[in-house]
Amino acid sequence: MKSGSTRVLAAASGGGHWEQLMLLRATLDNYDIRFATTEPAVAAQHGIESAERLPDCNQNKPLQSALCGLVALWIVLKHRPQVVISTGAAPGFFCILAGRLVGARTLWIDSVANGEQLSLCGKLSQRWAHECWTQWEHLGTDARPRYFGAVL
Amino acid sequence: MILVTVGMQLGFDRLIAAMDALAPTLGLPVIAQTGKGRYSPQHMDARARIAPAEFERLVQQSRLIVSHAGIGTVLTAARFAKPIILVPRRAALGEHRNDHQLATVNQLSGRPGILVAMDEAALPARIAEGLAVKDWSAVQSSTARQLHRALAAFIENRPL
Repeated sequence: MKSGSTRVLAAASGGGHWEQLMLLRATLDNYDIRFATTEPAVAAQHGIESAERLPDCNQNKPLQSALCGLVALWIVLKHRPQVVISTGAAPGFFCILAGRLVGARTLWIDSVANGEQLSLCGKLSQRWAHECWTQWEHLGTDARPRYFGAVL
Repeated sequence: MILVTVGMQLGFDRLIAAMDALAPTLGLPVIAQTGKGRYSPQHMDARARIAPAEFERLVQQSRLIVSHAGIGTVLTAARFAKPIILVPRRAALGEHRNDHQLATVNQLSGRPGILVAMDEAALPARIAEGLAVKDWSAVQSSTARQLHRALAAFIENRPL
C-alpha cells in the first residue's frame, strides 16, 4: 500500500464496536495506525499493547461525556492523526470531533448493529464527520450516510 | 464443543430450553451462557454470565456457536471464523423490545459462516449444516471486500 505513513487514529468502544474495527484491521494495518478504546485490556488480547484509553460515556452521562471529550482531544493532540475513523460509539464520536479540530479527515462507520436507523452518534456524524457510512444498503443515500459494504 | 449464548442482558429461555433438549443428541459437549433466563438446563454446562476473555477463549475452542441474533456474537464468531447459527428473539414472545433481530437475520442470512434458524424447530437441521461447514476463514464476503476497498480509498484521499 503506497500511503503507509498516513497517520490514522481508529477509535471504538469495547464490545461490538471494537470487534468491527478489528475486522477492518487488514486494511488499517497498512497505515501508521493508532487505536483508542474504552477497553485497552481487550485491545491487548488482539495484540495491541499501546491502545489509548478512552473513558466510557453516553448521552445520559454528561459529566463522563465531558471528560471523554477532553481525553479524546488529548489523544488527538498527542498523535496528530491525518485521518480519524470510528465504528462507534460516543467515545469514538468525540475522537471524530477532536480530529476535526486538528484538521484530520474523519470517517464514521455506523455499527452493523444499526439496521433500522443510524445510531444517535451516527446522526450527529452526518453533520460533523467528513464521511458517514452505514453498513446497511437500504439505509444508504447519495451523501450521508453512504453505503460501501459491511464488515460481515 | 458447541457454545450457546443469549448474551448477558436478557434471558432467551426458548433457545436455551431447545438446546438443552437437543444437547444429549449432539455427541459434543455444550456450554451455554444463559443470561437472565429462568430455565435451568440439565444437559448443558450452563452459566448465567461468562466473562469476555473467557467467552473469547470458548469461542476459539468451539466448533459451532448457537446464538441469539446479537451482533456482538456474530462479530466474535467472524473474527475466529467459527460457523454461527442465529435464532432471532421475537418481540411478540417478550424476548426483546422489538423485532430488530428478525431484520438482522434477514440481512445476514447467507453470508459466509452464518446460518439462520427462524425458530427452535429449525435448529436440528441448522446444527447439522453448521457442523458440516468447512473452513471458511479465507472467504471474505463481497460486502466486506467492498468496505475494505472504500476504507483504503478514504484513508488515501482517493475518490470513493
